Amino acid sequence: MPKDISIQSILVIGSGPIVIGQAAEFDYAGTQACAALKEEGYKVILVNNNPATIMSDKAFADKVYFEPMTADSLEKIIKKERPDGLLATLGGQTGLNLAFKLSESGVLERYGVKLLGSSIESIKKGEDREAFRKLMKELNEPVPESIIVHEVEEAIQFARDIGFPIIVRPAYTLGGTGGGIAGDFGELASLVQGGLKESAISQCLVEKSIAGFKEIEYEVMRDSQNTCITICNMENIDPVGVHTGDSIVVAPSQTLTDDEYQMLRTASIKIISELGIIGGCNIQFALDPHSRNYYLIEVNPRVSRSSALASKATGYPIARMAAKLAVGYNLSEIINPVTGDTFASFEPALDYVIVKFPKWPFDKFPSADRKLGTQMKATGEVMGIDRNLERALLKAIHSLEVNGMDLISPVLSAKSADALEELLVKQTDERFFTVIELLRRNYTLEALHSITQIDYFYLNILNEMVKLEKQISALTLDEATKEELQFFKEKGFSDKFLALAWKVTEKAVREKRKEAGILPAYKMVDTCAAEFEAQSNYYYSSYFGENEQVKSDKRKVLIIGSGPIRIGQGIEFDYCSVQGVFALKDEGVETIMINNNPETVSTDYTTADRLYFEPLILEDILNVIEAEGISEVIVQLGGQTALNLASELEDYGVTLLGTDSKTIDALEDRKLFYQLLDDLNIPRIKGDVVYSEAELKEAAEKIGFPILVRPSYVIGGRGMEHISSSTELERYLMKGNVPYPILIDQFVHAVEAELDLAADGNYICAPAIMEHIEKTGVHSGDSMSVLPPQNLSENVQNKMLAYAKAIVQKLHYKGLMNIQYIVNGEEVFILEINPRASRTVPIISKVTGVQLVEVATKILLGKYSLSKDEIPAAAKLPFVCVKFPVFSNYALKGLDSKVGPEMKSTGEGVSLAPNYEEAVRKSFHAGLSGVKGKCVVIANSPITEELTHYINQAKALPVFLTQDNMDWNAQETFALYNPGMSESDKKMREMGTKNRILTFSEKETLIALLKSMTAGEWDVKSIEDWQGIKNNEGEKEVGVI
Amino acid sequence: MEGYLHLNSGHSYKGQWLTDKPEKDIEGEIVFFTGMTGYQEVLTDPSYKDQIIVFTYPLIGNYGINENDFESKKPHVAGVIVYEGSRNPSHYKSASSLQEYLQKWNIPLLGHMDTRSIVKKIRSEGSMPAKMSSSETSANGLLLPKDEKVCKVSSQTMECFGEGGIHIVVMDFGAKKSIVDSLLKRACKVTSVPFNTSFEQIKKLNPDGVVLSNGPGDPKELKSILPELKKVLELYPALGICLGHQLAALAFGGNTKKLSFGHRGANHPIADMKKGTVFMSSQNHSYVVDEESILDTGFKTRYVNLHDQSIEGLMHKVLPIHTVQFHPEAHPGPADGDYIFDEFMNMIQEENRRVFAYA
Repeated sequence: MPKDISIQSILVIGSGPIVIGQAAEFDYAGTQACAALKEEGYKVILVNNNPATIMSDKAFADKVYFEPMTADSLEKIIKKERPDGLLATLGGQTGLNLAFKLSESGVLERYGVKLLGSSIESIKKGEDREAFRKLMKELNEPVPESIIVHEVEEAIQFARDIGFPIIVRPAYTLGGTGGGIAGDFGELASLVQGGLKESAISQCLVEKSIAGFKEIEYEVMRDSQNTCITICNMENIDPVGVHTGDSIVVAPSQTLTDDEYQMLRTASIKIISELGIIGGCNIQFALDPHSRNYYLIEVNPRVSRSSALASKATGYPIARMAAKLAVGYNLSEIINPVTGDTFASFEPALDYVIVKFPKWPFDKFPSADRKLGTQMKATGEVMGIDRNLERALLKAIHSLEVNGMDLISPVLSAKSADALEELLVKQTDERFFTVIELLRRNYTLEALHSITQIDYFYLNILNEMVKLEKQISALTLDEATKEELQFFKEKGFSDKFLALAWKVTEKAVREKRKEAGILPAYKMVDTCAAEFEAQSNYYYSSYFGENEQVKSDKRKVLIIGSGPIRIGQGIEFDYCSVQGVFALKDEGVETIMINNNPETVSTDYTTADRLYFEPLILEDILNVIEAEGISEVIVQLGGQTALNLASELEDYGVTLLGTDSKTIDALEDRKLFYQLLDDLNIPRIKGDVVYSEAELKEAAEKIGFPILVRPSYVIGGRGMEHISSSTELERYLMKGNVPYPILIDQFVHAVEAELDLAADGNYICAPAIMEHIEKTGVHSGDSMSVLPPQNLSENVQNKMLAYAKAIVQKLHYKGLMNIQYIVNGEEVFILEINPRASRTVPIISKVTGVQLVEVATKILLGKYSLSKDEIPAAAKLPFVCVKFPVFSNYALKGLDSKVGPEMKSTGEGVSLAPNYEEAVRKSFHAGLSGVKGKCVVIANSPITEELTHYINQAKALPVFLTQDNMDWNAQETFALYNPGMSESDKKMREMGTKNRILTFSEKETLIALLKSMTAGEWDVKSIEDWQGIKNNEGEKEVGVI
Repeated sequence: MEGYLHLNSGHSYKGQWLTDKPEKDIEGEIVFFTGMTGYQEVLTDPSYKDQIIVFTYPLIGNYGINENDFESKKPHVAGVIVYEGSRNPSHYKSASSLQEYLQKWNIPLLGHMDTRSIVKKIRSEGSMPAKMSSSETSANGLLLPKDEKVCKVSSQTMECFGEGGIHIVVMDFGAKKSIVDSLLKRACKVTSVPFNTSFEQIKKLNPDGVVLSNGPGDPKELKSILPELKKVLELYPALGICLGHQLAALAFGGNTKKLSFGHRGANHPIADMKKGTVFMSSQNHSYVVDEESILDTGFKTRYVNLHDQSIEGLMHKVLPIHTVQFHPEAHPGPADGDYIFDEFMNMIQEENRRVFAYA
């Protein structure tokens, strides 16, 4: 069927700020969808208040609304834009829920908006637990028996009918806590009792346990003619019991016979057909490892994290195709863009193995509960591709950027066997490396299997890898024969690991390897196992076989991506990398992208001219550089990951465009940095670098408390601590493990502000200054901020710009730079400089319309320079933009929501409004919708006149709590403020988080909220409309004078 | 132990014998299979008789060899080429490893091969004779014997299966067990007969319908049986599968031709023109029915391969004959075409009713 010509404009719902379980994969899906719709000539109207996304860039949508992701907000947009169609299946659960609400409330009907793709009935059947179970019963597809209980007795009755084991999952807890598997009535009663208490809504799901079954997923597509294809299947190495987002996953399945593979494929197709899904769908099965019995675990009637993984694993662009199916096309009408030859209805065949490995935030938050279960805890993921499982696995591990040496985790190596066994039983994120460590200590496969239920197939392979490790350590670099070296490389051990094992430099291994002619071959991901000739530009390396990559002799630049999404380094760096690619392409330069994150747009093969899906370690990057004959590399765009590689790359003679390691050192090495500021007469806060405890104490004495201490060269304020007295310093030292050298800074309680600029060595382009709402001491990623600044005088802003310019000129700095300031009255100090793209670059680019990355990239190429300073006329902006952090604390039990110098938020959103109050109000809108309470609970804080004033103004009911009286009712509360440090304060905040109440630990955030409550009814406006206002007022360029 | 694959094009690949080094060189036509599972079914599918099979999926043997998934009593391939052959299979049904199984039947398994590179050679130069050898000396000018492969794989005797009410005769050109299974699942009684069973002999069996099975080689090698076959097809509702489909077309005057490198795998989309649907198919064939040749055969194209538009199945305009080039019995591969057996059953029932009405 050809495309739907009854519609001209389509509203696309994005997935909003990034939270655990809903991350960059929806930017990838959304970007593909928007591109596909635009390609078909539709007008695309996008709603997504996540500014770090690529989909919300001008190039992908005609109109972009950075507005709250709520039904009432969407209704306003629909009323204004009157779109003909709505596409909601590419915006994650957020998109699906919103579409559902808009349909239920009659908004779609009222405004004549056609829901594209799957119908509401289909979505309902997939999402509504009861409707789904009923349908599966009709289809004779088994689902595990389960019920929702509010009383222990109900669970007992259920167990009598069903038998044990039974799994208990309390609803609305933090990080899926309180649940567990019960083997008898006693255990069940106590689990349910505990679970009901833990649950914010006193509710548990009680289900027949299928833990230990193989967890298998299928990605299926269906068109309106009922053509169904499976894009790929995946097998979780971790059997049922660990959330698939927290599981190590391989594609395709490795341990299923064809009979089993096809049985589940047939079931998938039957289910997707019955549900009537149009587009992509994810189906999860639990397969008994000892029979053909299986259960259906879940159906996601939309594209998902797994579909992003499946797209990258196969090369098949699921979201892009799903968008085309939604507007009426059939699979048999669309050409598969990878082969350029086969139809989209061709099922991909893989001739390599994929391993996905989750990236957890526990390296940052060791105190959080690390147990894995039904609540996903990973913030991101990486993918490894190779011809064998061993190297695919090691590639994924190399991509994690953790402090390990291939399969060795130093932390675990130091533990006793008993401690390791205990850890294994606990099923934490360290499970995989624990298994390996126990194999190293000659635990039997049987023992490990009985604890983990991991299939022997995988255990065998891990065991072989451990044997290889031993074989390696028995050799030396000189002894290793060419054949041995070739074998170790083929199986994935890195040059760095071999160097460590052989006590030589990585360079020595690399040289010997190259002399022996052991070079990686690059193989193509072509969706068809080489059956047909493909136009693919998507490669992975393998230390075996024939090289397929043909290099061009054009000028080419490598962009190093930012790896997995983690707290402190998120999707914003993917945005910057992709913008960099676009700018290079624009200049006719061939772009090469190297990255390892399957969720992102940067690893979409259509983004760069050539994509290398490889770990971001020196060995693999150099290999690509050598194979492609690349002479120029950009490290500014991929966050700290890329930047950290700068000096090593330079050691191998690679030219870095813009930032060289000398500049990085000048700005990141504290001693050099302070020297630079002092030379330029730029005020800075007192600070020092210390190398020992004695020096630390001495410096603290000199600087005076409070102080901030932190390791150098880290992201997201990892390990940063605020110390306010000598007693606290003693306590800090008692904890041990101080990673000297560390930075020690005076802590000034004042206003924080920042700016991003692009420089050409002389002039700067700095489109906006952002003022933080919270005071210093809160990580910039966790603070709310506002643009243009509301409280900074012209004098202060001029100083900020002047200092920035002085630094740029002194260093002849080229490219992007982010500068953080402390403003105390009219005094301006420089706090920190990041010689790279930053979290705020996408926000500034989007709201001001100045494409900072593009400007910077063209400068780096030497094709462009600024003719004058381009600095903001901030006051002229017709709107106020507020950036707000979004936290995923609900998923991470044990993580205190109190903000501080260590970043905790996973995502961010922006709101635009005519004034500050309204912009803040919009920022809190989603958090407040559905909350009925009128109370604002204030604990551990003096009742000031200021506070009373704002509370009265907001017409809120204040509940002031002191240590003697901590009683409060979550149901009646809309906001909780508690800055306290004690365990009970932490508990209280946890209670707030669990009940989905706005919970603050900084007074400024609370006041911002209270102030915003006076804002009345607000309106929606697209960024294009906002910028139009500006242009109509006679401004020639946005945000530029 | 090092082993070599020599292609007739002059290209050679070095690998490791994963089974014992073969005593003599193995020659055969080299073909590749792109399915990611199903190696056991492929090895035991008689249609692969004497071919050297390259598995494009790099990890083969992961789930071992079991008692349930044989498509015939023994493996038929001449040799097997893989990147990795698993020595530690893991599956509750696994009875032996891939190596053990092939060793038992004296079929060489050559591992650590760049299978992707080999596939690209086959893709560009067509399937060709190849040699598996322990000698490094490359080969060209290999000539494979032009023998009739069907007689090597067809059963020599009649065999009966099941006790259902509908009696189907399967003409065994090298039939996969799954064809019989698909019929038994539909409550049929199945009599499998040797490929050269005459029309009169079949008539004596008084079947309700006849299935012409899959089988190896060039359909034109079986020219001699076509007249008898035609008589069978004119009298009974018939389903032709793969070679059976090609033979039906030949019997009615159609023609077949060889594809450059055939279709083998589990992912080719097929359009059913009658139902207006598209589905995935299991494929294994080197020859196709020439589209132009069927104009005067009474056949009409019903199924088309969406990749190269080749004929994937026919319906006779008058007679109850339904043929498919792909494998509706799956094993390996998707079972999307399973409905073809249902249609066959309906066709038989309609035919019975019709005969009944005339009687």
